[in-house]
Amino acid sequence: MKELLSGNEAVARGAYEAGVKLAASYPGTPSTEILETIAARHRSIYAQWSPNEKVAYEVGIGASLGGARALVTMKHVGLNVAADPFMTQAYTGVNGGFVIVSADDPEMHSSQNEQDNRFYARFAQIPLLEPSDSQECKDMIVTAYELSEVFDTPVMLRLTTRISHSKGVVELGDPAQGPDKKFVKEPSKYVMIPSNARVRHVVVRERLQKLRQFTEETPLNYVENNGSKIGIITGGVSYHYAKEVAPDFDYLKLGFTYPLPLKKIAEFVDTHEKVIVIEELEPFCEEQIKAAGIKVAGKEYFGHLGELSPHRVAEGLKKAGVVDKILVSDIEPEKGMFPRPPVLCPGCPHRGAFMALRKLGVAVTGDIGCYTLGVLQPLNAIDSCICMGASIGNAIGMEKVQGYEKGTVAVIGDSTFLHSGITGLVDAVYNNSNVTVMILDNSVTAMTGGQEHPSTGRTLMGEKAGVINIETLVQALGIKNYRRVDPYDYDGILNIIKEEMANPGPSVIHTNRPCVLMPKRIMDEPYTVDLELCNGCSACFRISCPAIAAAKETNEHGRPKAVIDDTLCTGCTLCAQICPTEAIVLKSQMVKG
Amino acid sequence: MKEKDNYSILIVGVGGQGVLLASEIITEVAMGAGLDVKKSEVHGMAQRGGIVSSHVRIAPRVYSPTIGYGQADIIVAFEQAEGLRAMDWMKKDGVAIASMTRLVPAIVTSSKQFSYPDDSIDEMKKKADRVIGVPADKIAMELGNPRLVNTILMGVMSNYLPFDSELWLDVIRKKVKPKFVDVNVEAFNRGRQIQLSTAKG
Ligand code: SF4
Ligand code: SF4
Ligand code: SF4
Repeated sequence: MKELLSGNEAVARGAYEAGVKLAASYPGTPSTEILETIAARHRSIYAQWSPNEKVAYEVGIGASLGGARALVTMKHVGLNVAADPFMTQAYTGVNGGFVIVSADDPEMHSSQNEQDNRFYARFAQIPLLEPSDSQECKDMIVTAYELSEVFDTPVMLRLTTRISHSKGVVELGDPAQGPDKKFVKEPSKYVMIPSNARVRHVVVRERLQKLRQFTEETPLNYVENNGSKIGIITGGVSYHYAKEVAPDFDYLKLGFTYPLPLKKIAEFVDTHEKVIVIEELEPFCEEQIKAAGIKVAGKEYFGHLGELSPHRVAEGLKKAGVVDKILVSDIEPEKGMFPRPPVLCPGCPHRGAFMALRKLGVAVTGDIGCYTLGVLQPLNAIDSCICMGASIGNAIGMEKVQGYEKGTVAVIGDSTFLHSGITGLVDAVYNNSNVTVMILDNSVTAMTGGQEHPSTGRTLMGEKAGVINIETLVQALGIKNYRRVDPYDYDGILNIIKEEMANPGPSVIHTNRPCVLMPKRIMDEPYTVDLELCNGCSACFRISCPAIAAAKETNEHGRPKAVIDDTLCTGCTLCAQICPTEAIVLKSQMVKG
Repeated sequence: MKEKDNYSILIVGVGGQGVLLASEIITEVAMGAGLDVKKSEVHGMAQRGGIVSSHVRIAPRVYSPTIGYGQADIIVAFEQAEGLRAMDWMKKDGVAIASMTRLVPAIVTSSKQFSYPDDSIDEMKKKADRVIGVPADKIAMELGNPRLVNTILMGVMSNYLPFDSELWLDVIRKKVKPKFVDVNVEAFNRGRQIQLSTAKG
């Protein structure tokens, strides 16, 4: 049977066909849908959101120890969080097969960097598989579990945004049972005290030797012979871009990319006049090939930045002098188009907090989530954003050196706070920091599409869940200044921020309005603009609500007055609170008046 | 209708407009017709009112999931200025179908730095011969539901692909809730009546 699946859905299907018993993750674009698909369609697998990637990884290790096949998935930066257990699991090896999916984001469609996680596989010296479309995603997951058990190693499957989120036709297979194993006590293998780890490091090196042999033989690395003098070495989505623009060259298609099949590569290079390596981001393969004394070209034609495309591959091959025509458009691109950055939704509860912070002119250390959008024009309300959980630590450092005279406020979401913000707050209490932390609680993991988390009361699989009460937690950590506030009350939140900044010691301000989109759309009575009262001051434009637009009518300086789109307005009241002429009124009042 | 066996379709719009559902429908139709298909889009930040684009590629064997510049046979724009922005993806003899919907972002209203084109459809026509402006939002309102813009544009587009009407309607029936099936069928048919020649007149 054939089905149209995204790469993420295909990974989920592959896990099902491989007889996986447990899958754990923390949501992160572009990896999120793998676990969502498992929870929705492959209920034979127990799936859970963990509070962060490190815990998810550790849960996965536990399942593998217990003899079951386990899957952990995360976005590229998630593996930074999980790097600690990851590096050591390479030493312990597995019991039940273990696959870690790293979904990288070349071009940074929704990430803070574009690190190339293939280096992590090499760093840990474990096998690395790179599928190039949905069919391969499914097939390679199944293979990865076999490899994991045969070579007693975790295996990394590396996706990129284009693979995760592209759909293609997939031939489905039958589900298997998975191995029937139980936990066997073996502390010399699983307890990594130095004396055991020294022995295991030797095992890792020996395993790598065997994998070097295997990578030469596996059909995951194959040659496509078309009788050309030019040879292309490539894998992942780059393979398809290259096939699109130069279908007639010879290819060495790499699906198993660490360790590299260097003998196979040398042979391929020997039988061709010129060989070009095409890979996204870092010259991961190219440098290893060159270090082995094999002559290839690559990055000089394609660059190190961003995503490749059929266009960029064609350009690179032209630069290399091996193709002469490149894809171009004979239609002129439109110049000077306005940008259309993403914005907080109409009625988003974060907007009120940012309006207040901007008004106060304080330094705002930000974090990862929808509220990161507060940095964009015209809100312009965030001054730093490093990684999940960083905002509180950043603010502590700023305060300690009195880096900004108006003071610093950290903002962090509920899901991010539970992910890795807690430890920042522990630091603030312990080191007696004067920091003010705003937990922007919208009761969901919103940025990635509305997932559950430890304080929402539901699990990934839809069961009722244990609930972490953020208020109790914060107070248990020793925070004395705790305030729960309504972010839709502009003056209220403004005053509370001022008060808490003046209070000595660490403070937490906790907002209490849910995301307007998730889990269900919240709509109240919409507002409207009384054009007779509106003087076109544009104060309401600067709060960046998508429901507010320029009217055709202008004021005496030719500046536009405001209109509100009543199908978008959620009635959050914020614009009405800041309009100096009270021109923004409930729609029903306007009709009456 | 020109018969060929490979098509590259670019669908563009603004987060929340239903671009992804539309590309899902085309992809299913093509697969139902027995062709290889790939579809590519980027989720994430772009869902909050940013630009959303979806690439659909149809052929006996598809390689790249994305379309190269100047290679799209069909562009479907849910928003007129986004149609204009996407024009350099289109083949010179391709067809562009743009809803007349205007969505002016806050960044344009709140700063003097940027402006929104007066008539994007007109600008598109200056760049290529086959451009259709569709009053899809108006038709959708007539039919009583602004969310039908999607299906209306699918109807227009179906004229430029070699798949039977019934194949489209089957997929649409499968994808929408039962109580909305009839109105969606009507929306599709309204769209299907709009073609280049009628749109010009
Ligand atoms: S999804 Fe929710 S939290 Fe995110 S911007 Fe929209 S309303 Fe705000
Ligand atoms: S804030 Fe009030 S007066 Fe100023 S532009 Fe908006 S509606 Fe008009
Ligand atoms: S009340 Fe004002 S700020 Fe709130 S959603 Fe409506 S238009 Fe936007």
